[in-house]
Amino acid sequence: MNSPSSGPPATGHGLAVAFQEMHRWYGPVHALDGLSIDIAPGELVALLGPSGCGKTTALRALGGLDELDGGTILVDGKDITRVPANKRDMGIVFQAYSLFPNMTTIENVGYGLRLRGVGREERRKRAGEMLELVGLEKQADRYPYQMSGGQQQRVALARALAIQPKVLLLDEPLSALDAKVRRQLREEIRRIQIAVGTTTLFVTHDQEEALALGDRVGVMSAGRLEQIAPPAELYDRPRTRFVAEFVGLTNRIAGTARDGVVEVLGTQLQLLEGSTGAGPVTALVRPESVRLVPEAGGPAHILAVSFLGSVCRVQVGLASGELIVAQMTAAESAMLVGGTAVRVSLLPAPVFAVAD
Amino acid sequence: MSWSQGSSGAAPSENALLQRPKGSGRARRRLRGQLTARIVILVLIFGYLMLPLFAMLEFSTRGDYGSRNLNSYAAIFSNANLVDGITTSLEIAALTVGGMLLLLVPTMVWTVVRVPRMRRVVEFLCLLPLAIPAIVIVVGIGPVYRWMGQHLGAAGGSPLTLTFIDIILVLPYSYRAIDSGIRSIDVSTLTDAARSLGASWPRTIFQVIVPNIRGGILSASVLAIALVLGEYTISSLLSFNTLQVVIYLLGKRDPFVSVAVAFAALVFAFILLYVISHFAPGAGQGTQRAPEEEPAR
Repeated sequence: MNSPSSGPPATGHGLAVAFQEMHRWYGPVHALDGLSIDIAPGELVALLGPSGCGKTTALRALGGLDELDGGTILVDGKDITRVPANKRDMGIVFQAYSLFPNMTTIENVGYGLRLRGVGREERRKRAGEMLELVGLEKQADRYPYQMSGGQQQRVALARALAIQPKVLLLDEPLSALDAKVRRQLREEIRRIQIAVGTTTLFVTHDQEEALALGDRVGVMSAGRLEQIAPPAELYDRPRTRFVAEFVGLTNRIAGTARDGVVEVLGTQLQLLEGSTGAGPVTALVRPESVRLVPEAGGPAHILAVSFLGSVCRVQVGLASGELIVAQMTAAESAMLVGGTAVRVSLLPAPVFAVAD
Repeated sequence: MSWSQGSSGAAPSENALLQRPKGSGRARRRLRGQLTARIVILVLIFGYLMLPLFAMLEFSTRGDYGSRNLNSYAAIFSNANLVDGITTSLEIAALTVGGMLLLLVPTMVWTVVRVPRMRRVVEFLCLLPLAIPAIVIVVGIGPVYRWMGQHLGAAGGSPLTLTFIDIILVLPYSYRAIDSGIRSIDVSTLTDAARSLGASWPRTIFQVIVPNIRGGILSASVLAIALVLGEYTISSLLSFNTLQVVIYLLGKRDPFVSVAVAFAALVFAFILLYVISHFAPGAGQGTQRAPEEEPAR
């Protein structure tokens, strides 16, 4: 693989994890195709990708819930590839609600400690501390069916952390929750993860979640790692066409590439590594790089303006017939209404370009 | 325009108000009719089910010169064959329930978690005994029992060996009951969660899965007990004196005691059903609807 990873930052807590050339087949489907990732101690890596890209398979393999057909998993330098799930000390929070319905909240949180032979009083004390950490100490004696989805996932997080896991694995834990609770819980997960310092692998198909949570974000496609990098780098400097198109919104605008530069809408932009370097190309331009200036008789015109709260998204029709989207603050878009003639320019940010 | 809409909009509601007494009277009559029909149906069903029981009770309590007594019931426990038959059937029932649960629960959980594509095969195998007549089973398994009687001594000839056949006979009913319990929870996720927390497979099954399919397990046990206590054909053809065989033989000598035993067995089954259904409801806790979201802190 062409070094898709930026080096992991060392944060000084937790244990290091390494995926080495992992392979997994499901019949004819190659779910993991030589996946290699290094996760630094205490780091939170978010794996992002469309359904079926292999991200959950990778997480389950690390948790021991799925077997590998090839490759190695190292935790703190030790090979755990063949260690059974119940001997791995991994804390997992699942996408589906996974609390044991026959146990109260505190019994659920204390279950892993019970399996480790921790006495009743000590167990209750430590489970109580974990519930306090997730803000649910008052729900200790409730059963799962008496709690909301968000509360259940927080208890599941407390249960996973109670065993002081070597690695915390979060398998789309927020996807079943409504948008508001999801945002709140996302911030809570990050706060707790930083507080406990456990190395964490977070799997999601939600870009916003991945970019907001991850120290680094790994983008997967068809069982392979396309790129892994800090969120800003991933967004600003995608290394593959898939990453450029999958992460964030992009405008596809025709241009001409030559000598590491592409000319798009009259502006010359640096090409990112991995781009097609010569000839007619399609440049992938972020909406926030598009600037619109009202100008009588301008070569483009506004089609629609969508107000999204803190920002506005403006659809623009170019003279060539292409449609592009610009994103700006509400104040910047104040003069723009449907039908306004505008001149379009681009910020000089490097772009990714692909052959047509 | 808006005025005309307003007046025409108001008209239907006025009409509805005017017609209300007439409509509610018709609805009340319809409700009364439905209630009467329900009561009639309930009485008919109750009568159909209870009449034979009442007749059994009436017959088994007959004394001399039109008097009533419980001599037939008292005689149950003075008849050694009958006590043996009851004991044997209860032992077989207990062994069958234990064997069936040990066989089915781990198999079904394993199938769901590890080899879901085999679920249909397991279901087919479990339902197979429904399609095989008892006489065919006896003809097929008879030589095995003869061999056991000849070569395994007292143990081989014990009526408790009927447990093996009874476990097979109860599979179709028990499978359905346990399957409905398993379908009511997310077995795969609960198993993964328990395993990740450090539970071995036996602990996962007995501490996490079994308590959450308690309703299905209790139903399967009730069905198994009812089937074993009612099984006559195979016991009789293999010449084992179980409760049903003894009742039949007793019926030829003393029909009053025979009917008393049958009545007592039915009452026992009803009590068992009641006790088990009393314990069952907690098993469905996990499937109840979660309350509305509360903001996370």
